[in-house]
Amino acid sequence: MARALISAVLAALALVGALAAQVVLAGDAQGYVKAGSRAATHGACVEPTQYMRRHHMDLIQHQRDATVYQGIRGTRHSLSGCIDCHVGPGSDGHPVAVNAEHQFCRSCHEFAAVKVNCFDCHDGVPKGGPLSESAQSAMDAATQQGLGRGAADGSVRSAREGQGQ
Amino acid sequence: MKRIVYREWRIPAARYWGILGILAAVVGLGGLAALYLEHGGHWVTGMSNSVVWGVPHVFAVFLILAASGAINVASVGTVFNKDAYLPMGRLSGLLAVALLIGGLLILVLDLGRPDRLLVAMTHYNFRSIFAWNIYLYTGFIALVIAYLWSMADRMGAPFKHPVGVLAFVWRLLLTTATGSIFGFLVARQAFDTAFLAPMFVIMSFAYGLAIFLLVLIFSCAQDGRPIGDLLLQRLKNLLGVFVAAVLYFTLVYYLTKLYGAKNYDLVGWLLLRGGIYSFTAWVGWVLLGTLAPLGIIWHPVLGRDRRWIVAACALVILGGFAALYVILIGSQVYPLQIFPGHTVIASGVADGVREGLAQYYPSFPEILLGLGGVAVALIITAVGVRVLQFLPESLADPEESAPVGPGALKRFSIDEAAAG
Amino acid sequence: MMKHPPEGIDQGRRALLGVAVGVTTAVVAPGLVLHAAALPSGALAGAQGTGPVTDSVRWGLLIDTSKCAGDCRACVDACDRENGLDLQTRPAGQSARAWADQKAVWVRKVKLADDLTGRVTNLPLMCQHCEHPPCVDVCPTGASFKRADGIVLVDRHTCIGCRYCMMACPYQARSFIHEVMHDQLSRVPRGKGCVESCNLCVSRRDHGAPSTACADACAEAGHHAIVFGDLKDPGSAISQALKGSPNRQLREDLALNTGVRYAGV
Repeated sequence: MARALISAVLAALALVGALAAQVVLAGDAQGYVKAGSRAATHGACVEPTQYMRRHHMDLIQHQRDATVYQGIRGTRHSLSGCIDCHVGPGSDGHPVAVNAEHQFCRSCHEFAAVKVNCFDCHDGVPKGGPLSESAQSAMDAATQQGLGRGAADGSVRSAREGQGQ
Repeated sequence: MKRIVYREWRIPAARYWGILGILAAVVGLGGLAALYLEHGGHWVTGMSNSVVWGVPHVFAVFLILAASGAINVASVGTVFNKDAYLPMGRLSGLLAVALLIGGLLILVLDLGRPDRLLVAMTHYNFRSIFAWNIYLYTGFIALVIAYLWSMADRMGAPFKHPVGVLAFVWRLLLTTATGSIFGFLVARQAFDTAFLAPMFVIMSFAYGLAIFLLVLIFSCAQDGRPIGDLLLQRLKNLLGVFVAAVLYFTLVYYLTKLYGAKNYDLVGWLLLRGGIYSFTAWVGWVLLGTLAPLGIIWHPVLGRDRRWIVAACALVILGGFAALYVILIGSQVYPLQIFPGHTVIASGVADGVREGLAQYYPSFPEILLGLGGVAVALIITAVGVRVLQFLPESLADPEESAPVGPGALKRFSIDEAAAG
Repeated sequence: MMKHPPEGIDQGRRALLGVAVGVTTAVVAPGLVLHAAALPSGALAGAQGTGPVTDSVRWGLLIDTSKCAGDCRACVDACDRENGLDLQTRPAGQSARAWADQKAVWVRKVKLADDLTGRVTNLPLMCQHCEHPPCVDVCPTGASFKRADGIVLVDRHTCIGCRYCMMACPYQARSFIHEVMHDQLSRVPRGKGCVESCNLCVSRRDHGAPSTACADACAEAGHHAIVFGDLKDPGSAISQALKGSPNRQLREDLALNTGVRYAGV
């Protein structure tokens, strides 16, 4: 009887301790958004914060297939959008890669002990916009010639056309 | 038929652990090489955008061919009902699985992204023979394990023949698919032929048996287990048939390629102007790998000497590596014929090299990775025969162990005749 | 095995096991419940941005080799700049010769001489964007694929780096990334261990740019040897050019129906 009582008390203590630890660690997780990043100025992410914490990997995975296989660009869930917003400034004012030490992606992923290998291929800082300079000037030239957005030889699908499909 | 007794390998512990230690060291080096490759990238190897598959793939394909060939010995026993081969069936199965695992390890560790193995196992494009190979290889391992069970467990005895037939057919499919990896490629002149699939099948017969013989002779000799001269002669003669078949296939492959004008340049380069590739083809593949072993095997005196038989097996294996080196790497070094009737002065990738040939020098990490795979196969075999009952106690010829007496001898010869 | 006199069943051990299971359940259950309660809010829908590509267009190139200048590298340099290939650096310790064969090249200048007449032809060679691409056939994971609009490219998320597509390509158009990448452009993610090739400037494509970097650069250099456009549109400049003068696919005996055509070779 006494043994069972002691076991129950120990179990209860362990339970309380585990819950307390979770609360403390969860509180720790509040501060991952870097001061000085564009994200710090917004109240929430493109989706509610708790939703992003739980499902951002699903969004990214879904979005990457949409972009690669269907050519859908510029959505709310694009990875380059995440990087643009969450990249924080370094001590010299230049942006630091989001997967660098103590930066946005890495600090949370280290807490969760989940390897993130997006940045094997994707750069952690925004480098160059969606269009290169030469592409932008080609588009401007085409527009100036009055042929409509991106219709240099009358055969290019423009963003507006594409959305209708 | 007398009962076959299988026993664990009982060589002295010091010698066993010594063998294991050496093999483990080689495996460790191979593992380090794989880590080096994965960490920094493939620039540390001799492989490039022109020669994309190198020495690791030569090792891997060789081990895979040898694996499907090693199971033949068991097939001859259970499928083709040659009783003399039955005692060797278990070792044959163990060796087949071990060699295949070694070969697959090399392939996987050489991938650009080995961390994506799970992706490879969940995303399939079944137009690709590679995707089929994933199932063929893993299915082969499972099937051979089932085969071993049917050979070893009394409850499995009724399944021995059907599982054996299935394993034999599966093994033919596997090797055909391995040859088709190359045979399906229309891009390269040395490939693009249905002939490569049966050629690989025949090569697997020869290389698998050669390796099996070496492992058998070594493990029995170390433990003082007799191998009868008659049995050894049978195996040696079988190897001779297979090597002769390889020679036939090699001749037909080259002569057919040589027949058409569009291939004059390819075959001319390979056999005459190809430097190391010509040397490997003539000396490695044909001379040392095919003609010399045949000479030994069919020699009236040398063919009866065990040491010469071992030498013949070693030469066949050397010939196998040479053949695969020429087939895999030589065909990549020779430039793609994108502009027939034109000479490429500058190609933008392999400039400044005569005839537009690519350059390939095997690097240490590649060789270590390949050797590591071989060592993995041998470790599995060594541990298997030591810990479990794969090796028969005796492979002595029946006459040697039968009781002396004319009546007994007559009984045996009737039984042998009945067994065929 | 220890030799025990036969005893009754150890009730204390059972009680401990029961308590352990109870504690574990009590600790894990709240998390499971809350996790299940946070259902997706339908955020996967509602993607703004451009729409999906369709097969109503098929992108292609026409290269007029008579206009291609031998010593000009405008297309190669433009491609390098557009796709971040000029940011590649030779790994420390690698020889220049070996690096020349290992660095990624998406378009290369080829110089040919006719065996009979000695006449020299120059042309840029890149992925031919076949209708029946051998690289797509052989890819075990399906990472190498053909998009609806005809562009053949590699999904680097699924590529395992086996290089089988590089063996299969009849034009040696594909490159493998042999080194760790540190510098990539945001619009062209590239990483070690995957295979890549010319993708007809797909990011330009999807953002509505009129043409590819190589075609623009060739026009800027004054040669106008490369024309980009929609092969399915009979009124496009490329279709009219294709109808206007003799042209062919490279290695037409393979019947791949390439999207890149050459005139004058």
